[in-house]
Amino acid sequence: MLKLIRGQDRLTAAIIGEIDHHTARRIREETDAVLQQDLPHELIFDFSGVTFMDSSGIGLIMGRYRLVSQWGGTVTIAGAPSRIERILKMSGIEKLARIHPIKEEEV
Amino acid sequence: MMIQNEAKLSFLSKSANESFARVAVSGFFMQLDPTVDELTDIKTAISEAVTNAIVHGYRETTGIVYITLRIVNGRTAYVKVRDTGCGIPDVKQAMEPLYTTAPEEERAGLGFAVMQSFMDTVRVHSRPGKGTAVIMTKSLRTRE
Repeated sequence: MLKLIRGQDRLTAAIIGEIDHHTARRIREETDAVLQQDLPHELIFDFSGVTFMDSSGIGLIMGRYRLVSQWGGTVTIAGAPSRIERILKMSGIEKLARIHPIKEEEV
Repeated sequence: MMIQNEAKLSFLSKSANESFARVAVSGFFMQLDPTVDELTDIKTAISEAVTNAIVHGYRETTGIVYITLRIVNGRTAYVKVRDTGCGIPDVKQAMEPLYTTAPEEERAGLGFAVMQSFMDTVRVHSRPGKGTAVIMTKSLRTRE
């Protein structure tokens, strides 16, 4: 499940459940539709509700990074549970996105 | 290789079956009482191999993904994911991190890197036009 929260120059995409090749497609389409409309400078992925993620999640972050970079935006990953930390670390995604250990509301 | 238990499953190469494969595989290996981390590692590796079969092996076509699960040599999880799709012309190149033939699908090119990092051994057999088999093993820790 995906919850998109529009803020001041910011979009928070809260993902609840599993991120794989199957679910990433819908997350990508729905997130991109709002991103292209609002052109926010900050995209925050709230991963606190993610129960499983494979490299499709890395592709998802990389693709959104490429998109928001077009207008100078940044990507932050917030609240990633320890079970998906390993894949985030091994992917080297922190070169493209900030990884914030706590949830977005607490930032 | 001493086989203590074995299960086989096959399903159509539909992306909705990626989560089915993970659930089935974790269900089988639950009998080894794995740690949460061990089970997450196996589920992630399986997810990568099944996605590869669906996205790369069969591409725009639909075929059958075959999975063989075994418990061998005491506490080793053995997984084989096989397709009869297009095959990989250059396995060495396909296994290089960030190499992908499907950038439009937003594949990060990390599938094999994840499998290698999360499992103990990963072997790939492939023949162009015939298909691909990925065989992975992971020894689980002895529980007290």
